[in-house]
Amino acid sequence: MSAQQSNTQRKGAGLLQSIDWLTVLLYVVLLGMGWMSVCGATYDFDQAGNFFDFSTRSGMQIVWIGTSLLLAMLLLMTDDRLIESLSYIIYLLFVVVLFATPFLAHDIKGSLSWIKVGSFSIQPAEFAKFATALCVAKVMSASGFTVTRWRDLLIACLVIMVPVAAIILQKETGSALVYLSFFLMLYREGMAGSILFAGISAVVYFVVGVRFSEVPVWNGAPVALGPYLVLLFIQLFTGGMLWLYTERRAVARQVTFGGVGIMALATLFSRFVIPFNVVWVQLGVCAFSILYLLYLALRDRLLAYLYIALFAMGSLAFHYSADFVLNDVLQPHQQTRIKVLLGLEDDPRGVGYNVIQAKIAIGSGGLRGKGFLNGTQTKLKYVPEQDTDFIFCTVGEEEGFLGCAIVLLLFLTLILRLIHLAERQPYTFGRVYGYCVLSIFLFHLFINVGMVLGLTPVIGIPLPFFSYGGSSLWGFTILLFIFLRIDAGRYRLQR
Amino acid sequence: MNDCIMTTKYELEKRKYVLGGAAILIVVVYLVRLFSLQMLSDDFKRNADSNAFLKRIQFPARGSITDRNGKLLVYNQPSYDIMVVMTEQTGVDTLDLCQSLGITRDWYDRRMAEIKDRSRNPGYSRYTQQLFMSQLSSEEFSRFQEKLFRFPGFYVQKRSTRQYQYSHAAHILGDVGEVNPADIKSDDYYQPGDYIGKLGVERSYERQLRGVKGTEILLRDARGRIKGRYQEGRFDQPPVPGKNLTLSIDLELQALGERLMQGKLGSIVAIEPKTGEVLCMVSSPTYDPRMMVGRQRGTSNIILGQDPHKPLLNRAIMGQYPPGSTFKTGQALTLLQEGIITPATPYPCSRGFHYKGLTVGCHGHGSPLPLVPAIATSCNGYFCWGLYHMFNNRRKYPRVQDAMTTWKDYMVSMGFGYPLGIDLPGEKRGMIPNATYYDKAYRGSWNALTVISIAIGQGEVNLTPLQIANLGATIANRGYFYTPHVVKEIQDEALDTLYTRPRYTMVDREYYDVVVQGMRAAVTGGTCRGANNTWYEVCGKTGTAQNPHGQDHSVFMGFAPKDDPQIAICVYVENGHYGATFGVPIGALMMEQYLRGSLCEASELRAQQFETTHLYKPYDYVSTAE
Repeated sequence: MSAQQSNTQRKGAGLLQSIDWLTVLLYVVLLGMGWMSVCGATYDFDQAGNFFDFSTRSGMQIVWIGTSLLLAMLLLMTDDRLIESLSYIIYLLFVVVLFATPFLAHDIKGSLSWIKVGSFSIQPAEFAKFATALCVAKVMSASGFTVTRWRDLLIACLVIMVPVAAIILQKETGSALVYLSFFLMLYREGMAGSILFAGISAVVYFVVGVRFSEVPVWNGAPVALGPYLVLLFIQLFTGGMLWLYTERRAVARQVTFGGVGIMALATLFSRFVIPFNVVWVQLGVCAFSILYLLYLALRDRLLAYLYIALFAMGSLAFHYSADFVLNDVLQPHQQTRIKVLLGLEDDPRGVGYNVIQAKIAIGSGGLRGKGFLNGTQTKLKYVPEQDTDFIFCTVGEEEGFLGCAIVLLLFLTLILRLIHLAERQPYTFGRVYGYCVLSIFLFHLFINVGMVLGLTPVIGIPLPFFSYGGSSLWGFTILLFIFLRIDAGRYRLQR
Repeated sequence: MNDCIMTTKYELEKRKYVLGGAAILIVVVYLVRLFSLQMLSDDFKRNADSNAFLKRIQFPARGSITDRNGKLLVYNQPSYDIMVVMTEQTGVDTLDLCQSLGITRDWYDRRMAEIKDRSRNPGYSRYTQQLFMSQLSSEEFSRFQEKLFRFPGFYVQKRSTRQYQYSHAAHILGDVGEVNPADIKSDDYYQPGDYIGKLGVERSYERQLRGVKGTEILLRDARGRIKGRYQEGRFDQPPVPGKNLTLSIDLELQALGERLMQGKLGSIVAIEPKTGEVLCMVSSPTYDPRMMVGRQRGTSNIILGQDPHKPLLNRAIMGQYPPGSTFKTGQALTLLQEGIITPATPYPCSRGFHYKGLTVGCHGHGSPLPLVPAIATSCNGYFCWGLYHMFNNRRKYPRVQDAMTTWKDYMVSMGFGYPLGIDLPGEKRGMIPNATYYDKAYRGSWNALTVISIAIGQGEVNLTPLQIANLGATIANRGYFYTPHVVKEIQDEALDTLYTRPRYTMVDREYYDVVVQGMRAAVTGGTCRGANNTWYEVCGKTGTAQNPHGQDHSVFMGFAPKDDPQIAICVYVENGHYGATFGVPIGALMMEQYLRGSLCEASELRAQQFETTHLYKPYDYVSTAE
């Protein structure tokens, strides 16, 4: 039996066998657990537990789940080639809608992202994710597109950044940040790892620099821990990159051990002989390292030295502009969120209250939790936005460590499964789209659960399939099932 | 070329491990974090419980108080405290609030500042209810309740206040007030804002009266709203109401005593000898216990505290007076028991005791005379000689100090020199000097003559009216007494054994019979003739206690009937001059009231006469209280 025959046969045998039922199963299980959590989170003592009453959120969530399942079936029945060919149109449509949204929206807690359609409010930003993913996939699957070429990378970034700009205009910075996850896909597609590394370094510099900007290295030291650590990191990263990207290990050794050694000596001198601000010495070491690398770049005609020198310079520039970014670029509520998360502001009834109460809710769950509908912390509304962004608290309180672990492992299985599915796509389009989907899920999981656990900043984005709300549920369903439909068509003959 | 692309593709495909690894790493980190939050510490569980469970205290009803005949004296009436939660009370129309509560804007501002001042209100929190105004009456409350919805952040808490049926017996009943920090520190039952007995039986029987607070576990949401009872109240503990007290006080007798003592300083204490139950305990001037109810308690306290005649002082147990001649009965008993005298021993008295230049004056009567007429006529000379012979008896007592110590032991056995142990707070011990005291005062050089005035209840000797009345009860019982007490019964609880065990003195019954004869003779033909009547045999002893600060005090101690004593009494009228002037007639009226149930017509007239005889100008509360 030839491959061609077999493919035709399979197609003929129908869609049902080509669909990845494991993913569908994971989806359904997560939806079920999500609904239970919404019941727990919205349970009201006054109208004790009529979960199917459509005036309650648990009742409404059934409507959203039902329509999502319908939507999923419809998507599986469409032709994936049709979806692919409509990618640009869908994208353009959503870009227009996104930019129109702030003008049509009614203000909900400062956010201009909700449009009223009939008696429902929908949040176009939740749907823009799949549109952007389709468009990026389409752009990157065009013949001759190479991610390593700057021009092509810029085009891909442009496709991503247009909806980001629109969403920032809607004052939904959290949702906009989700689009950062596309860089994971770009990395898989061949974008230089150093770009990803630079991005992650920037976050580390920012967090460490701001968090410890007021903490002395030792009691009474004239040196703040924040800049001290950041400069140390810059030196170490520079040395590490030299080790990885150049042949001459001597240079890497000199920069790493020499630089760090001088810094250590200066620290000891400041600590035990004459106190002075070690940061100046560190800056000197960094500057000298940069000059040395520039000299090497010129002498050896090796671009790697130049890039690494640029990385170090960029790092310094970024670190010293972080304060500016925090105080002048970010909005006040974002500033406080970041400061509270980093422990700079003690505000138990303000923003920090959410995080504290979330931790109390989760922590009080213990191993097995308090049982379905027995959580006090969530039921009595101590955790704000307990049915949307902080839904994971309900899982933690009512289902305990076991429940949380099951949910996290289910998500992990889903993501790993999606990686597997993406990798088995015969075409770039399907693979890119698949990586977009799993990156988005990973980002949501990382930020949402992380903020509930007090590990990441409080960025208001939903937990897929758990958080209450039609827009996000539909958005995630469409995102996932378009991919499952593409995956189901993988046996089609190569064009 | 193709190979190259293939290699790149292969290299790139390896990046899936980076991404998958990142996903696994994130989940592992989160699982570790979850483990540490959920499994390693109980703090969060406790935190969640203290968030969600509001333990609301349910206050028990305080026990009621009745007199010995079942008349209700003190009971509870609902009152209402206004509470405020600072964070919620924004946007309240202050003017409207002040008007509804009948307070001034100034008072409002001051009160708010007080609540927020942590040095005065250590338990202050912006999120919990703070006491704004206490003890509104039902009328005040109903006026306020209509408008309550307009004042967010203001709440009403139901409490109960003490109500007094009669204006009598303030010193015995006492009052309740808010606990002070010391109370809270010494007993963790109390929390700020709780009430505690401050004076009288309210204080001494606080434990029985207060009952046990109950708790109700409620579910409270993030905004402090109550969302129902936890597990339908399965873990609630209902309050246990306080126990009711029955006083041994006879209200009618108490009322008559207070009436008779109007305009006079002093005290009347009556005791039922066979039980030690205090039948009445008058301290004059007194006050209306109803002044101490509710919000006026503070002002009342200040006004009463400013009165130079000290109405808040319970003179019956806190006033320490020279007992004067009533003390001679105790002397006679001591001398008889010690064998210094026999009932027939005569001592001379020529208008007093004269020896080595020392003179203790006396009034005219036959001389020499034996014990019974000496008591009846209250002869100073007799008892001075008696003490002189005792203290100079070197065969029996090697040194004068030994005689003194023996004497002191007798006095203590009769209940003098130490608090008797009555069930009221603040009882004073009086003063019975001992050898050490005199050694110190006279640097060791003293003798019977130096201390001779203690024989006639003067000098260093001081007793409380309660101790004098108890002396009467002891003589009535011929040699023992029960510790006086004002509470006759506690609901469902036995009295302290202190009040049910007789306490014997060091003197034998036969000698008491002699003293009783003397006291009877004093009524039939001696100083207490005013107390004589045809209904029952009264025994009595007058006292005219010298007072260095002014007119002598008038004292009467007695009991009746002689052979089946029902009442022993002490009347002490400050600056009342002779015992016969005020002490005897007032004592007689009191006995008549108690033993006959009412006063006869003639007695009623005399009572009215005493009621209107004022020995001092009452303090003018109105003009002095601003």
